[in-house]
Amino acid sequence: MADKSLYTKRIDGRKMDEVRPITAKVGVVPSADGSAMFKTGGTRAIAVVRGPRVLHPQNKRNPQKGILRVSYGMMPFSVWDRIRPGPSRRSEEISKVSEWALDAVVDLDAFPNTVVDVFIQIPQADAGTRVAGLNAASMALAHAGIPMKEMISAMAVGKADKTIIVDVDKDEEDFHDGEGATDIPMAVTSRTKEIALLQLDGKISTEELKTAIEMGKKACDDVLAVQMKALKEGSAGVDNE
Amino acid sequence: MEKEKRTLVIPGETIVSGNSYLPGDGTYRDGEDVVAAKYGISEVSDKQVRVIPVSGAYFPRRGNTVIGTVIDVTFNGWLIDFGGSANAFLSLNEVHRYVNRNELNDFLDIGDSAVVKVWDVKAKGIDVSMKMRGFGKIEGGMLFKVNPNKVPRVIGREGSMVRLIRGATGVNLTVGQNGVVWVKADSIEKELNAKKIIDFVVANATMSGLTEKTEDFIKELGLKVEEKAEIIEENTDTEEVKEEKK
Repeated sequence: MADKSLYTKRIDGRKMDEVRPITAKVGVVPSADGSAMFKTGGTRAIAVVRGPRVLHPQNKRNPQKGILRVSYGMMPFSVWDRIRPGPSRRSEEISKVSEWALDAVVDLDAFPNTVVDVFIQIPQADAGTRVAGLNAASMALAHAGIPMKEMISAMAVGKADKTIIVDVDKDEEDFHDGEGATDIPMAVTSRTKEIALLQLDGKISTEELKTAIEMGKKACDDVLAVQMKALKEGSAGVDNE
Repeated sequence: MEKEKRTLVIPGETIVSGNSYLPGDGTYRDGEDVVAAKYGISEVSDKQVRVIPVSGAYFPRRGNTVIGTVIDVTFNGWLIDFGGSANAFLSLNEVHRYVNRNELNDFLDIGDSAVVKVWDVKAKGIDVSMKMRGFGKIEGGMLFKVNPNKVPRVIGREGSMVRLIRGATGVNLTVGQNGVVWVKADSIEKELNAKKIIDFVVANATMSGLTEKTEDFIKELGLKVEEKAEIIEENTDTEEVKEEKK
């Protein structure tokens, strides 16, 4: 049975290309300039934007445009084992790739010598935290009134044995039978549909990767719809003070 | 064609299509489309398209009245922090009275607050002035912050809400567009009452019939409503209102 995949049915009963239920909300942190919450299934992310504000230390300043600074972190209680608070190799990496992804859409030419700080925190994790963080961050940046060319929507696609799946959860990420699990977080810009983030952890063939990316792009459209809905409702419903 | 069309738009969303439209503040052109570059209310009037932000940080614009704190005294002026992306510079020449060049901190010292007008917004920095009537150093009274996006509601149409609050409490009131409010009266009770009313207005800024509700609230505090306030529409462009001081 070489062609049959061992992963024929998803653990939580979803279709292979179905995303977990999404909720999103802006203005969750009233004291911030912009904030948002994004939730897919058991994964929940909060993003807070502060700035543009004067950047310290001075040697990091760019006199031509403002800079974006993203910091990602998982809360100690976000998973079953305690996560040691503070920066780790993993959180520094995710901060950096999120920064690069968001940098593709924000336009800080009007604010030289300043910084826009984006803080992403994960209060509850069930795989796909960096994409949830990116979705929240993109909404929070818009909510903060930062000039952006477009939005960013992100989704993790993957493969469990030979089956390509969308919105991988923790159980699927830990799938060990057959070819094992592959995790591909990706972020797509809302207007030009360009890929702003693409990482790959695991093994996958070129053909399968192409299919996975197409499925991911489709899922990102669903995410965008939720993000837009939250922003359109947000300013009327959620008070910022 | 459309005289005024207002909808909430999201960055990357097409507002209108067509080469005859002109992209203004908070928008950019992408081929045929005029696209939002900010989250806010889009406004199409006279082929000019722009987006007015509804949330987020305060961005200074020319003509705004702001209240800030002196953070540094230089050889020819003062650096003022008003909570924006850059500090504002108040030049010695932009002060309404003569100040000796060697005694700048006698007039304004570090930590003092002042009401100033935004004179120029450039990439290099923000210049402010206090030459006009009603601007100057803050002495006495109470300063507090409200959400900058709610300032138009606190001011009201042509300053009517400010007049209402002043009429009811007898305070002198200055609202900075950066969200800093200065109230001053001969007694602290009056100032606290004014603060209560302003907090009420901010908390209920999205409600309809805000004026009536505020008047009710004023009566609840045991004060008299002396002047009628007219409410301005949510998200109308901030108009500049200054209260005259004696």
